[in-house]
Amino acid sequence: MKSVCKRIALLCFVFALWMLCKLPGAVWLNSVSAKVDGNLAHWAFIAPVRPVLPNVKNSARVSSPVDRFILAALEKQGLTLSPEADRATLIRRLSLDLTGLPPTLKEIDNFLADTSPNAYEKLVDRLLASPHYGERWGRWWLDAARYADTNGFEKDRDRSIWPYRDWVIRSFNADKPFDQFTIEQIAGDLLPNATVEQRVATGFLRNSMLNEEGAVDPEQFRVEGLIDRVDAIGKAFLGLTINCTQCHTHKFDPIKHEEYYRFYAFLNQDEEPEMEVPTPAESKKRDSLLARVAKLEDELSAKHSDLPQRMAAWEAQAKQQAGEWTVLENAEVIATNGVKFEELLDHSFIPRGDNPPTGVYYLTAKTQLKNITGIRLELMTDHTLPRTGPGRSTQGVAWLSEFVAETAPVSQADKLQPLKVAEATADFAAPNNPISLAIDGNLKSSWSIDAGPGLRNQDRRAVFALQTPLAGFDGGTLLKFSLSQKEFGGSAAERFEAPNIGRFRISVTTAPNPKADPLPTNVRRLLAVPVANRTPEQQREVFRYYRTTVPEFADTNNAIANLMKQWPYPATTLTVTPRPVPRETHIFKRGDWKRPGEAVTPGTPSFLHPFPATAPRNRLGLAQWLAAKENPLTARVIVNRVWQTYFGQGLVSSPEDFGTRCETPSHPELLDWLAVEFREGRVSTASGSERPSSAPTLATARGTDSAAWSLKHIHKLIVMSATYRQSSHISPELLRADATNRLLARAPRLRVEAEAVRDIVLSAGGLLSLKIGGPSVFPPIPDGAMAVSFRSRTVWETSKSEDRYRRAMYTFWKRSVPYPSLSVFDAPNADMACTRRIRSNSPLQALTTLNDAAFLEAAQALAMRLWKEGGNDDAAKVRYGFRLCTGRLPDEFEQTRLLQLLQKEQGRFAGNTAAAVYVSSPDLNNLPANMDLHELASWTLVARVLLNLDETITKQ
Amino acid sequence: MNYRNEIKIEGRKLVTRRHFFKDCGIGIGAMALASLLDRDLLAAPQGTNPLAPKAPHFPAKAKRVIYLFQAGGPSQLEMFDYKPGLAKYNGKPCPPELLKGQTLAFIKPDAALFSTQFKFAKHGQSGAEMSEALMHLPKVADDITIIKSMMTDAINHAPAQIFMQTGSVQFGRPSFGSWVTYGLGSESRDLPAFVVLSSAGGTSGGSSLWGSGFLPTVYQGVPFRRTGDPILSLANPRGVSREMQRDSLDALKDLNQHLLDKTGDAEIATRINSFEMAYRMQESAPELMDLSKESKETLALYGAEPGKNTYANNCLLARRLVERGVRFVQLYHEAWDHHGQVHKGTIAQNKETDQANTALILDLKRRGLLEDTIVIWGGEFGRTPMVQGEPDGSNALGRDHHNKAFTMWVAGGGFKPGITFGETDEIGFNVARDPVHVHDLHATILHLLGFDHERLSYRFQGRDFRLTDVHGVVENRILA
Repeated sequence: MKSVCKRIALLCFVFALWMLCKLPGAVWLNSVSAKVDGNLAHWAFIAPVRPVLPNVKNSARVSSPVDRFILAALEKQGLTLSPEADRATLIRRLSLDLTGLPPTLKEIDNFLADTSPNAYEKLVDRLLASPHYGERWGRWWLDAARYADTNGFEKDRDRSIWPYRDWVIRSFNADKPFDQFTIEQIAGDLLPNATVEQRVATGFLRNSMLNEEGAVDPEQFRVEGLIDRVDAIGKAFLGLTINCTQCHTHKFDPIKHEEYYRFYAFLNQDEEPEMEVPTPAESKKRDSLLARVAKLEDELSAKHSDLPQRMAAWEAQAKQQAGEWTVLENAEVIATNGVKFEELLDHSFIPRGDNPPTGVYYLTAKTQLKNITGIRLELMTDHTLPRTGPGRSTQGVAWLSEFVAETAPVSQADKLQPLKVAEATADFAAPNNPISLAIDGNLKSSWSIDAGPGLRNQDRRAVFALQTPLAGFDGGTLLKFSLSQKEFGGSAAERFEAPNIGRFRISVTTAPNPKADPLPTNVRRLLAVPVANRTPEQQREVFRYYRTTVPEFADTNNAIANLMKQWPYPATTLTVTPRPVPRETHIFKRGDWKRPGEAVTPGTPSFLHPFPATAPRNRLGLAQWLAAKENPLTARVIVNRVWQTYFGQGLVSSPEDFGTRCETPSHPELLDWLAVEFREGRVSTASGSERPSSAPTLATARGTDSAAWSLKHIHKLIVMSATYRQSSHISPELLRADATNRLLARAPRLRVEAEAVRDIVLSAGGLLSLKIGGPSVFPPIPDGAMAVSFRSRTVWETSKSEDRYRRAMYTFWKRSVPYPSLSVFDAPNADMACTRRIRSNSPLQALTTLNDAAFLEAAQALAMRLWKEGGNDDAAKVRYGFRLCTGRLPDEFEQTRLLQLLQKEQGRFAGNTAAAVYVSSPDLNNLPANMDLHELASWTLVARVLLNLDETITKQ
Repeated sequence: MNYRNEIKIEGRKLVTRRHFFKDCGIGIGAMALASLLDRDLLAAPQGTNPLAPKAPHFPAKAKRVIYLFQAGGPSQLEMFDYKPGLAKYNGKPCPPELLKGQTLAFIKPDAALFSTQFKFAKHGQSGAEMSEALMHLPKVADDITIIKSMMTDAINHAPAQIFMQTGSVQFGRPSFGSWVTYGLGSESRDLPAFVVLSSAGGTSGGSSLWGSGFLPTVYQGVPFRRTGDPILSLANPRGVSREMQRDSLDALKDLNQHLLDKTGDAEIATRINSFEMAYRMQESAPELMDLSKESKETLALYGAEPGKNTYANNCLLARRLVERGVRFVQLYHEAWDHHGQVHKGTIAQNKETDQANTALILDLKRRGLLEDTIVIWGGEFGRTPMVQGEPDGSNALGRDHHNKAFTMWVAGGGFKPGITFGETDEIGFNVARDPVHVHDLHATILHLLGFDHERLSYRFQGRDFRLTDVHGVVENRILA
């Protein structure tokens, strides 16, 4: 035996060598390979064509075209399908697969009682239409989208991107065609008249991790984020390991080093805004507030007929206040606290990465100007800052503790002398934090720009007038400014949300008596437009500022200020949008971002289908290329991952790699048939009359008659099949014939995914909340579980009431400390795209389901439920509980064994009230009057065993 | 190791668990050793589980690893790398030619050089140089191997820790401990194969440092916690006695066995085993954690105090873990990031760790464990020869992150004891002789564990991944 193996191994080695020599043209010899340009091309790189449905002997078993492929392969081995599973098994299997939830007892009863011939299909249709379908399959997509609620790395700060998660759920429920689903995630923002929803979809790209550790180079981790995006697109849509080509031309697939960077170039052109996603109620509230403000303003102007004259006079005077400022170009900014800066085109700077609670920004610049009289610090809004800034706190607020200016001749840079500031002015300061506090020599007092709700996120400026003009030096003057930001206080979590300055810029003037321009940026710009040429909206903008300058309008101004306190702040989400000026992309030699090579333009790998002729060379074009019908990979990759979810292994066993070294598909024709069906959405009638009467019809959830790119259509094709519906019983004969069940002569028996473990257990206890969507929640977590996080002080504030019991997919996903009871059941970390979950079976899982507080709570709830709903005698209660957990009634052995346990525990709790108090219920004050604690405690242990049964957490 | 392992493991789960369960009872101790080379899709499936003990590629010097990770980056210049040259240039800017292309984290390139404030002396017959900050380690100077010429790729904590632990700066790769557990399996039937202990702060790299990446999750590290149960959910819920737990497990075993007989799914046998091992863990882990069983002399040797959450306790626990067959014990002590007050900080952290490190070596040695246990000491990088200090003087006299040259030490398991390997330049900025890159260290340790680091691989995404990526050279000169 050994020597045979060795010989085969040697042959494989020779074959591999031969393959290497032939690359990139030829790959493997397989029935589905085809000749392209005289070379044998890898099957997966050629668009699938619809195969003919194979003929089978046992056509009576065919209930979906899928079965023909499976049966044909089985029959070749002298095998056939197993008998259909019993109905209780079927409904549980189907409910778990389509909604991630076990069926309720009522649903089971209804199904068992439904004798109509299409009872099963009705069940399929009901479950596909369930809003929980979107949760279950949305979560499936979120694995590939590497969704998480924190940024990862050391700081691992929270991020708000759950609106993307909810968009995914809604998209699945609406059965959004997969081509559209693809385009919106890659380039929703670039679609004509892009909606908020379509922008939210680009969160797919933003799910990359972000390193905000102290002193990181933001560019390094921007690049790493893009590398992750290429990887995610490669795995999620293409089934290609594109990232192998980051450092060199792919060893096995025909992707060149240069092509990696051409692909990367599509993604290298963006800014990364944090976008508000108002709910309809919030939009309405904002509109109504603005309307009420406008009404008050209208009333005010109606009362004062001389307003045009007064405003004209004010405008004339305001025009004098602009000042003449020279922006300091070629400045350099560094910080003491490891924060690093990006310089924007207008010479403003924006800090990236870490946002520590204290630090000093130093800006140095050289100027030839003589007689400088004042210095202006502009704090500017930017859509990449929280709520657009200009500060870095969660509200976009900035504080400045101290401003210091120094100078020296350029030739003697180390001879810095302080510049005395005579007076500081600002266009705005919060009442207790005037600008004077920034020049008082005290680091503990600060200027704040917080103008309150609806008003705080606008450009601000401060001007520091010098006591004596700075004459300047021949050969150039060096200026150094220190912006100190010190100890704002706040909780541990807030320390990393410190109100440091976000985007800023420094200018100087030589005009006498410099002061901060009081006018907001937009008003200053509008004053340049003659009144006659302004639109009514523009005129209102000017008036809106003007009225605040008139003391006699105080009543209206105060009324409006009070109204604005109600300004709602919607949730935000992370999106992308193109930067104004394209960025040049270079090859990185050996993948090293510090070794840029030649420049490349955006482009897709040449061995795949051509870039659409009419598509723009940007992300939208990339998205259209991915969604093109000519794409040989995406349809196959997606149907394969769907198949894998149902059967435990894909038709291609490496869902992330359809390249030349992937395993041979178990059923190549079925893969292609499903892929074509997905792409084109027709039920094949190629076999003519052989189409069985019970063949599935198209899912019509989308209200269209085309099922092109419909996932629900694919689901229905699969779950209607006899292959899917067969029993999972494993006989020794079947085990011998096909140990790994590649041929599917039986249904798989699979431990459910992490989320379903929790959902099943909570659901059996009657605790599960079925609320869909919204911010992520914080169910109970074991004490000290957060301690492994670098920021261990970060609090996990356990959610109250309903949010304790939400479906597992809403659990706040902290990358550095993934929720333990989900992680232990192989929920992916979200460090990178995951297209195949591992399914492990470990003692730590046993400890979790036995002892974790959340699981005990479910056992207690289940015990109470048995007591309340389970019938009068113990046997009835046991039967009820068994059914709640497994969907079926126990057999006699099972029932007896559980009753035995009950009896034993009754004995143990008798006279042990202390133990019974702990075990019976978390809520002893609200127990039914006639309830015996010892009895309830015994039942809790029985319920705990029920929840821990292999069958409870298995799809069989 | 063959690239089809994953499929094989999946397949074998189906085929063999039943046999495993029936023939081997509930333990895995009786499992036959399976040669790694035979674990191949073409070979007949053997009764094994993924954690069964396995023989490596060739006879090994070492069987297990204790990794004392000094997270934050201890200053080699304060402890091991004596640089009289640095004193000469103290206060002067670093020569610009050294800084060409060098990335610095916090400090500016013109930061001044900063000499150590510690006295150094030679110790042992080997004459190993150590500073006075190390008051205990000199006792084992002739038992350890000091490598002064370590180099790494990253200069920020999380990426550098991830790199040190997985061989890649990007997240998602299996950790060192996972690779070793994957390669060697476990010799403990009632404790996890790969245990993580930590003192001081949480680590920058988070749980990915001991994650299994794309390897099956059975190979990931199990963190033992500092408070409450050593393992999450280890203790029975309050009020549930050990007898009650046994009752429940007996019922579960019977019911699951009944289902196994009905369905024929061998995975159920694995689940029964998991529950039984969990039960044994419930007994053995608290016993393990209970340091009061140790002699007074041993406790004093380490400076351990039962009930405390200290590094010293963790070192003692590490010895207890390897005694009980645990394959890989990973300690973290995240406390060495001395951007300021590197002098004071080095003293303070050595007070926490130095005695225990020394005790661990002495204790392993006298118990005959050192010869086949590898001990590794070191951080994710070292610290700059240049000073870092806030301009206001509040946080003065520290050092920034430095990846070009730093010191680690190793001991036991086939390393050549009592040598100091590698040299840095006059100011300790670059390696001057015999560089040892992180990949080389990984390759060398895997070699001592019996692996060809190029063959300990796992097929994922169409590629055979390994701990050393495409690098790594075994450094034979530090082997006994």
